[in-house]
Amino acid sequence: MDGSIGIWLAIAAMTCAAVFAVLIPLSRRTDTAADARDVEVYKDQLAEVDRDAAAGLIGPAEAEAARIEVSRRLIAAAERAGASGAAGEGMSRRRRIAAIAAIVVVPAIAALAYGLRGQPGYPGQPLAERQRAAPQQSDVATLIGRIEAHLATNPEDGRGWEVVAPVYLRMGRLPDAVRAYSNAMRLLGVTADRQADLAEAQTIAAGGVVSAEAKAGFERALALGPGHPKAGYFLGLASEQDGKPEEAKARWTRMIGEAPADAPWLGLLRSEIARLGGTAPAAAAPAPQATPGPAQIRAMVDGLAQRLAADGSDFDSWLRLVRSYVVLGEGDKAREAAASARRLFAAEAEKIARLDSLVNELGIGGS
Amino acid sequence: MSPEIGHYALVLGLALALFQSVVPIWGSRKGDATLMATAPSVALGQFVFVTLAFAVLTHAYLVSDFSVENVYLNSHSSKPLIYKISGVWGNHEGSMLLWVVILTLFSALVALFGRNLPLSLKANVLAVQGWITVAFLVFILKTSNPFARLAPAPFEGRDLNPLLQDVGLAIHPPLLYLGYVGFSMSFAFAVAALIDGKIDAAWARWVRPWTLVAWIFLTAGISMGSYWAYYELGWGGWWFWDPVENASLMPWLAGTALLHSAIVMEKREALKVWTVLLAILTFSLSLLGTFLVRSGVLTSVHAFAVDPERGVFILAILVAFIGGSLALYAWRAPLLKQGGLFAPVSREGALVFNNLFLTASCAAVFVGTLYPLALETLTGAKISVGPPFFNWTFGPLMVPLVIAMTFGPLVAWKRGDLLAVAQRLTVALVVGIAAIAVTYAVTTGGPVLAPLFVGLAAFIIVGAMVDIAERTQLFRAPASVSFARARGLPRAAWGTAVAHAGVGVMLLGIVGETAYKQETIVQMRPGDSVQVAGYDLTLQALVPVQGPNYRDLVARLQVREGGVPVGMMEPAKRLYTARNMPTTEAALKTRGVSQLYVSPGDATADGSIAMRFFYKPMVLLIWIGTLVMMLGGLLSLSDRRLRVGAPKPSARRAAAVQAAE
Repeated sequence: MDGSIGIWLAIAAMTCAAVFAVLIPLSRRTDTAADARDVEVYKDQLAEVDRDAAAGLIGPAEAEAARIEVSRRLIAAAERAGASGAAGEGMSRRRRIAAIAAIVVVPAIAALAYGLRGQPGYPGQPLAERQRAAPQQSDVATLIGRIEAHLATNPEDGRGWEVVAPVYLRMGRLPDAVRAYSNAMRLLGVTADRQADLAEAQTIAAGGVVSAEAKAGFERALALGPGHPKAGYFLGLASEQDGKPEEAKARWTRMIGEAPADAPWLGLLRSEIARLGGTAPAAAAPAPQATPGPAQIRAMVDGLAQRLAADGSDFDSWLRLVRSYVVLGEGDKAREAAASARRLFAAEAEKIARLDSLVNELGIGGS
Repeated sequence: MSPEIGHYALVLGLALALFQSVVPIWGSRKGDATLMATAPSVALGQFVFVTLAFAVLTHAYLVSDFSVENVYLNSHSSKPLIYKISGVWGNHEGSMLLWVVILTLFSALVALFGRNLPLSLKANVLAVQGWITVAFLVFILKTSNPFARLAPAPFEGRDLNPLLQDVGLAIHPPLLYLGYVGFSMSFAFAVAALIDGKIDAAWARWVRPWTLVAWIFLTAGISMGSYWAYYELGWGGWWFWDPVENASLMPWLAGTALLHSAIVMEKREALKVWTVLLAILTFSLSLLGTFLVRSGVLTSVHAFAVDPERGVFILAILVAFIGGSLALYAWRAPLLKQGGLFAPVSREGALVFNNLFLTASCAAVFVGTLYPLALETLTGAKISVGPPFFNWTFGPLMVPLVIAMTFGPLVAWKRGDLLAVAQRLTVALVVGIAAIAVTYAVTTGGPVLAPLFVGLAAFIIVGAMVDIAERTQLFRAPASVSFARARGLPRAAWGTAVAHAGVGVMLLGIVGETAYKQETIVQMRPGDSVQVAGYDLTLQALVPVQGPNYRDLVARLQVREGGVPVGMMEPAKRLYTARNMPTTEAALKTRGVSQLYVSPGDATADGSIAMRFFYKPMVLLIWIGTLVMMLGGLLSLSDRRLRVGAPKPSARRAAAVQAAE
């Protein structure tokens, strides 16, 4: 039942059916004479009294009294049945009113009530169909489908889990990602990378909060591979979330000091330190590399962008967003964000000046 | 299929329900047969549309259509099929829709099988059903629309509350609703009779099958719910006097009273006014139950204030229906003629006794459930009324009730002889006393009163058999005569005996479980053993297991009886990953009608785990008892007298064809 024509046809057909449910009995003649059904019941009760008396369930004298009782009801019922059936006048008028109610009022009420909330133009979105519909998604979907089928029969294949885990993470199937990472780690053995990936997935699944479990995971990862950048970054984030931003800054600053000069994540750490109101050590600051950042940065940046789209009054957040886009290597978006901020704060010369200096510093000017 | 079709079908159902609320009753006031005759057809139409809406919603769950908000909030694409289906009514919106589906189902059944009803009564009954349907459809469309859409549609759903991902949930609510809503039929009959001002023995007979059906389903629903709580919550109890449980128990008690008072009315035309009142009260309590569970008042009075729209709406429905029907009752009931007279000691007297105690116990539950709520609303003070209150009010009321229950069926109508009945119950009394003696001899420990209750249970069961033995003259007449009489006995008599025996069976289970259960809590490591009631349980290992949408930590326990292995028990701590919510999966091992019950606690870092072990003797009898009671209800339902008054269908159909030509 696709398309808007289909839904209107269905609505029309259903309305017709409803109207006919009323019209058909109205068009039939019904006789009232068959209304003596209680007589049947009392006749049966008389027989029942006899049965009870035979079984000794009621004394003979009581049975006689009961028989009289029931007979009285029987006579009354028979009289009532004879008396009814004298209600002719006004029938055709009433029938006409009922018919009009069926044809006009029933569809009108339906249309009114449906009109309040209905969205007839919005077709259903079954998951399978949607995955078929979007082409680039369908590649991923079929790929995942194949891996999932494979894993269903070979759940002990750690490689499969390892392949599918980051895909889940990117698709936002976070619990599945956590499951896949933990399976990969269980089957292939614990390494610093796997441990850190699992904890990262747990953190993203928890909405960006580094839980105690995830924190323990990052600590294990750091123990296995000292200086593991992802673990270090998140442990800093955990300190910040614990209300110890100084500790976070210290950790990140230490990491920058120990890092090779061309490490791709230096930019991220610098902007994070700046966010906490510190200054990064002025080591040889290379231009941020245009490599896509890890998924967690992506998630946080998207969240920030959404927040600002809803409420753009926080100027410092705008600066952070511009910087983050540059870190992610998305110059266009950075320029877009800078332009939005410029529009919003056009009246405040001091802020515009800060924005300009940032744009110059990041080398995304020229717009 | 577009979810919009379901939405529109629901709206059409509302339009038809409005028609049904007005036109048939107008016809009945004017004596217009044609208008009255629209009711069955419109009722069927309503059922078809509302069911279509339900089917569309179910379809949306099956194909994971997350453009429907309700599906997004309560489903997940990787959920097993059965929980996708049961998820439809595992949430507020879907369960209200199911409520209305069942309501229209009952209307449709009256339309189809109510051929033996007088036209006017049938039209009025269906009109009253129409009012209820309108109220609830407006409620659904206004405050709880299951077809609300989301654009853009999310790619994954939020999953169903893990506690509800259980086969118990798949069956329990539909059964319970069939019971709750079934009592709307008794209500509709009562209100229709009050409108007509005509109520008699025939009415009692017509309303009986509907009351019985509702009672059977409600019994099944409560029983299932109790068993579900027993094994799923992992606390090892089977009844908690929880407000939600009480909400279903109250209509059951009132409904049971109604079932019995309707017998008096049918046989003797007595207790008319009372029976009509009970019919109204029973459904009012069903509505109250719906209100308590659905408005959020129970979690906290404040939850109600957070989302007041739904609660206030149901409260308005509640006030309108209960207040309206009681006002109608106050106005019309004095017009009803009183029926036959009876002596205090008689079958009628016994049934009045039954009604007195059932309504009193219902009132006790009512007070215990609602008093804390009322107090919190008025003064803000939070108190909790716990099991002791109910045990000390409800329990003492039940004892005389079940004793009288054994005597009742043996007492004659109009005027009975208690002494003669007692003599006939000698066998039951002897068996009961023997049971007490044996229980004292066999058991050690346990409450002093417990053997008395075992004796009472035995008395009830044997007493029910005595009733049948008396009626068939078993052991007094030749076997062939008894057999012939047994076959000739009305099914209702069998139904009474079986249902009453079921109460005895249940009582036995309750006594066994409460008085003689054994319980121990142990901190265990793999390799440790524990002894419970003659069973040795050894923890072999703690194994992680990955489920479709959860992770388990399974404790494998080997069970031995007298050194002989009798099987494994595998309780688990389960974590549902989508909601990050832990649950406890208790393990049960059935030995006869008794059970071993293991509920795991949290595993500690040093590899040990706390385990709670129960041995529950005769616990299964609690639910077997309810099954026996339901069987009794079914037997009574199959009694031929309930079909009397149905005109021969073939003759009628021929007449209808002629009329149409």
